[in-house]
Amino acid sequence: MVNRMSDAVILRAENIRKVYPGTMALKGVNFNVYEGKVNVLVGENGAGKSTLMKILSGVEMPTSGKFYLQDEELTHLTPKTAAQKGIGIIYQELSLFPNLNVAENIFMNKELLKNKGWIDHGTQELKAKELLRKLEQDINPRSKVSSLKVGQQQIVEIARALAEDVNILIMDEPTSALSKTEVEILFKIIDELKSNGVSIIYISHRLEELIQIGDYITVLRDGELITEKPMSDVNLQWIISSMVGGEASKIFHSGKRQIGDVVLQVKDLFLHGPAEEPLLKSISFDVRRGEVLGIYGLLGAGRTETLESIMGLHREARGKIFLENELLGEPDIKSRIRKGIALVPEDRQREGIVQTMSVSHNLTLPGLWRIVKKKIHISGSDESSCVNETITSMSIKTSNPADSIMSLSGGNQQKVVFGKSLLIQPKVLLLDEPTRGIDVGAKGEIFNIMNDLAQKGLAIIMVTSELKELLAICDRVIVLSKGRITGNFGKEDISEENIVNASTIGHMTTAQRVGGKNK
Amino acid sequence: MKNSIKNNDFSISMILLKMRTIIALILLVIVFTVLLNTTRGINFLHPVNLMTIAKHVAITGIMAIGMTFVILTGGIDLSVGSIVGLSGMIAGGLINEGIVLNMFGGTLYLHVPLIILVCLLLGTAIGGVNGLLITRLNVAPFIGTLGMMYIARGFANIRSGGATFPNLQGKPELGNTGFPILGAGRFLGMPFSVWLMILLMIIAIYIAKKTPFGRHIYAIGGNQRAAELSGIQVKKVTTLVYMFSGFASALVGLIIASQLVAAHPATGESYEMNAIAAAVLGGTSLSGGIGSIGGTVIGAFVIGVLSDGLVMLGVSEFWQNVIKGLVILAAVILDQTQQRINARSSETRDKKQRKIVKSA
Repeated sequence: MVNRMSDAVILRAENIRKVYPGTMALKGVNFNVYEGKVNVLVGENGAGKSTLMKILSGVEMPTSGKFYLQDEELTHLTPKTAAQKGIGIIYQELSLFPNLNVAENIFMNKELLKNKGWIDHGTQELKAKELLRKLEQDINPRSKVSSLKVGQQQIVEIARALAEDVNILIMDEPTSALSKTEVEILFKIIDELKSNGVSIIYISHRLEELIQIGDYITVLRDGELITEKPMSDVNLQWIISSMVGGEASKIFHSGKRQIGDVVLQVKDLFLHGPAEEPLLKSISFDVRRGEVLGIYGLLGAGRTETLESIMGLHREARGKIFLENELLGEPDIKSRIRKGIALVPEDRQREGIVQTMSVSHNLTLPGLWRIVKKKIHISGSDESSCVNETITSMSIKTSNPADSIMSLSGGNQQKVVFGKSLLIQPKVLLLDEPTRGIDVGAKGEIFNIMNDLAQKGLAIIMVTSELKELLAICDRVIVLSKGRITGNFGKEDISEENIVNASTIGHMTTAQRVGGKNK
Repeated sequence: MKNSIKNNDFSISMILLKMRTIIALILLVIVFTVLLNTTRGINFLHPVNLMTIAKHVAITGIMAIGMTFVILTGGIDLSVGSIVGLSGMIAGGLINEGIVLNMFGGTLYLHVPLIILVCLLLGTAIGGVNGLLITRLNVAPFIGTLGMMYIARGFANIRSGGATFPNLQGKPELGNTGFPILGAGRFLGMPFSVWLMILLMIIAIYIAKKTPFGRHIYAIGGNQRAAELSGIQVKKVTTLVYMFSGFASALVGLIIASQLVAAHPATGESYEMNAIAAAVLGGTSLSGGIGSIGGTVIGAFVIGVLSDGLVMLGVSEFWQNVIKGLVILAAVILDQTQQRINARSSETRDKKQRKIVKSA
């Protein structure tokens, strides 16, 4: 059993604030790491978990706040000095160099040298082999990282963190790409590390896993510390409700929507990716006029791929998609846009906006054919009138539509991405994490716009990892897990517990198998 | 309060920075006029002299217009100089040797307009191959067009075994006279080549500013992924852009061969660099998405005035290269400065706005 009094705090963060342009990611968070324990950190997407970890590992500077390692205050931390202090991190996104081999990756920026300058490849490879053996992986230290499977790459990432003497090891979603047996091995290693006095900060969306492995739990919500407790005092239900927040979030929902005929029908959608297992397995669902359908799932569940397949981005996707009972032909983005399908992509900077263009040119980009005369001439007056209309209706804050899109705040850029999808006058609107990285005020506006659109009869499919949003705005929610639909909930059945349970069906056995070992 | 948030701090220097190419052009003209007048007693601004410069500018300018579209998509076309050479050689061969038809035991000579059409189509087709290499086979533009540069130059030499096709006047009895008119002809006192550049410039400006195709070119260079998701057919647009560049280069090849009344296989060597330099001087960003046709044409004038002025001053060819290089470097450094200032001014404006929102 965990006894709070007997555990020493090894790392203490006080009143950490982090401000990004447009949003405040952390609003004065206190955080404790206990010596030789697993400290679990949970929260919805955007709660500030990853930001906090980036600050602790020296990747980002906090706007204000202090942290202490044992009793020494740490200032001006860089990744290098953090490593010297014994703070290691395993990132959520793989941060390996695919063009280099395993040993070179493990010893990146801590190369073993001989004769004061030459890399000692032999020793590096030997040590890498040893580390990997400890992780029960038969990976050749000389193989290129790009030739490894994603799960193996994750193992290399873990080995890289273990290659140094760590006192504190941060694991940001380390299991998202791992198979069951690999997770078991990882948990065994965590146990071993603990017995050697290493403290571990563990972030995961797989809640069962957290209960198995954690000694302490800290909950973040909207950049604030909600609570910290010994794991023995809490259960799954408690974790979910403190993550989501107690209040019934009905603020956005008006309930006046008229749900009509089926607009979009997806039948037996399959999508093969680079891995052996398909990304999507027999996905079938439909959306009706005026309906907001939510899609929930963990990382890698296939949410984005589902939307992209509907949009026609994946030529290799198999299955049938009907728009107003008409079977859509070969995947082709242009023709699907013209038929009335629009996508607001997940990553605004990478996929949503063209940074070098103005606000107005961004807005009209997918819908130019609507304002073109004789097929080639863009009518300036038509363009500016529909741009101005959108700017007003979406209340985009810009002094001049001819200004660069980069002069807008994140929330307003997102409204531009929304606006450009609406300018094609879609029948189905696909939204992939539409509120990611924007502040609460802009979120509210986006929801009001969604609500208006649904009331006008648009069918909306929204992918989100924020449970609160699903509860707030969706008429129906389907849950994906490892490429399959594992839940389909009507208005009355939408609850945090139902959704979270369904989302872990694909992973459930992992947690159950490992269960009990850590207590 | 809100009206006070305007960044006048940078405005004058920003305008100067933005107009830098045209300012540089005016300065160059003034400097050469004064220097040539005082040292050698030559009138730089004499119409005959200006016309000669304009003829040179047209050569670079036409290629640079095609190159600008390519660079706007984030690509590069190194094959243009070789297409100039090949186009001239094909035209020269068709005029002087015709097409030998073995099965009939005769030789077919084409009319000049048809020859011109064949060469333009050939250039366009080579551009099309460049486009396919880049979009379908995922060859990097630099490498793909580098390969094409060697191939086209190779064929230009193969066509004649490295020899020159001289005397391209054609023969009245073969019905293929008139080729020199393209290079020597004038309309309203200006050579055809200059008119062709003006015509191409007007068409290109219209495409860039007023057509979806032009808008798509800018979008692809700015963010290819976002362009794709907006329904833009990236592969098709990119291929068409390389075809246009090939077409423009073939046109230049014809103009040069016609002006010289001869076709030499080495014609156009290193012209690709002049075309790129003109685009860059005109403010086109090599990373794509930023630039204008008007800027490029001004850039071509800067290069033309600079080279001709230096020649007239008697500066050695070696020093000419050094000076050209320095001018290009200065242009790029200024470009970076402008972008930094742009970023900074929008940042400070953002901060000011946020402060005001807070205090409200």
